[in-house]
Amino acid sequence: MPILEIAAKYTTYAVMAVILVFALGVVTLRNLFHCALCLAAALIGTAVLYVVLQAEYLAAIQILLYVGAVVTLVIFAIMLTEHLAGKTVRQNNSQSLPAIAGLLGFVSLLTALILKTPWPVTPTALQAKVLVMGLGKALMGDYVFPFEVISIVLIAALIGTVVIAKKDQPEEKA
Amino acid sequence: MTITIPPTIRGIEFSADMLFVTAKAWILTLLGRFLPDWLIVLASITISGVVILCLGPLIMMYLTLLERKLIGRIQNRYGPNRVGKWGLLQPIADGIKMFTKEDIVPAKADKVVHLLAPIAIVVPALMIFLVVPFGERMTAVNLNIGLLYFIAVSSITILPIFMGSWASRNKYSLLGGMRTAAQMISYEIPMTLAVVPVIMMSQSLSTNTIVLTQEGSYDMNWFIFTPWGIVGFVIFFLCATAECNRPPFDLPEAESELVAGFHTEYSGMKFALFYMAEYMNAFTLCGIAVTLFLGGWQGPFFPSWLWFSGKTFVLICVMIWFRGTFPRFRVDHLMGFAWKFLLPLTLINILLTALWQFTSNLAAWLWSILILGVSLWTLVKLNRTFVPEKRHYLLES
Repeated sequence: MPILEIAAKYTTYAVMAVILVFALGVVTLRNLFHCALCLAAALIGTAVLYVVLQAEYLAAIQILLYVGAVVTLVIFAIMLTEHLAGKTVRQNNSQSLPAIAGLLGFVSLLTALILKTPWPVTPTALQAKVLVMGLGKALMGDYVFPFEVISIVLIAALIGTVVIAKKDQPEEKA
Repeated sequence: MTITIPPTIRGIEFSADMLFVTAKAWILTLLGRFLPDWLIVLASITISGVVILCLGPLIMMYLTLLERKLIGRIQNRYGPNRVGKWGLLQPIADGIKMFTKEDIVPAKADKVVHLLAPIAIVVPALMIFLVVPFGERMTAVNLNIGLLYFIAVSSITILPIFMGSWASRNKYSLLGGMRTAAQMISYEIPMTLAVVPVIMMSQSLSTNTIVLTQEGSYDMNWFIFTPWGIVGFVIFFLCATAECNRPPFDLPEAESELVAGFHTEYSGMKFALFYMAEYMNAFTLCGIAVTLFLGGWQGPFFPSWLWFSGKTFVLICVMIWFRGTFPRFRVDHLMGFAWKFLLPLTLINILLTALWQFTSNLAAWLWSILILGVSLWTLVKLNRTFVPEKRHYLLES
């Protein structure tokens, strides 16, 4: 069905364009709340791209973690910071020259890396489809050590928050 | 003139069970006579899509009527009974009223976000319908990550509520939005963890496969008939009630404190869209609870779609019954209930399921009841109410 395939192709390009527009919105809009909403939209767009590339699991996790948790946290922070929510703020400062220099350096490094890496496109690689079961087996088998290390990091973070949020000790009896 | 049955659907027997599936296949074969293949694919998608798009609002309309009727009976009055027989046309009258109302936007509101919020909130509510198995072979999209999709999509619902509450520039809206976010994030965690035992036992994330694993004798091997199933179902149902902000978890729109919560500044059709999303969420959450724990469309004698709608209807009636019975939670009690009671219980439940997977006999039943009893007792003891020590802050001179 070539017509459907062509339609899918151009829809994908359209989705990419929309993601770029929203990504630009994140860094140029002057209202922080609008920026956060643009970020959410861009992340949802990325999830759509994952679906197109047949990585449904990644798409669902992307929405669950980034849109459902991270963006919500960002918005929460913006709303709790009283003086930021309604105001429009400048998103740039006068450091644009060093920033451009740094950006150019990073882009050239990245380009060099991309050009140097061989990208083997084999039929088996194109056919490969990672299912949830495979991911689970990999996490519990080959990659069990990094998985556990990450969980230790999370535990440390949890304990840290408890320590920070703990009731302050009364230093002296009044 | 006689209509010959197209060959592709001769294989499907005309039974009540397959009523809707056969109807769709029949329409598609009819279209297939004079349309190219690629249009048939689009038509198949369109039929499912249109059915869902009509089903969502229709369910919402009649849920409002059902709720008003039932609440009326609980409060010893009749409920709507003037428009049409038994008030059956009441939702349509309500719809006309909503459409003709003036749309008021606050002067200081953020116009674009204020407009987008009610539109955006309907989208995830409708998207969840895609993975609900309404009957045998009646899942719109049989995703192999269906359950994960449901959890992910339902987590987006917070964003439009935030948008609406922030864009209204109203203190009640903002407070309601903050409460919603806190409540939904908190209750999402026990809800997701309550689902894990089901995934463990059915070894699949697909809603269709989960229903199929609950087949058994007389199609009655439902997960709720196991100790972990009962606990999981109760936790999931409580969290579902909290997720769609229904009483007794309706703090985000507590009328006595916050006017109407996050949709205080909405009127007319925009308000109706918020309402619609809430009722559609209530329906889909009940549907998912049925799918996960009550055997979905499995059941003896009756057609599968009838079993599914019957079970969902019962759960929705329970939700309405909650509303007619329980007073509202207090904020700190609400958060404490999610984090200090439901969350540990779900973790214990996951361990229990692992035990059940290896030994499922009478001894396992006794063990499970013992473990659950001890952990419940401990949790209740740990959660007992206490008056916190009064903090004294020294005034800085």
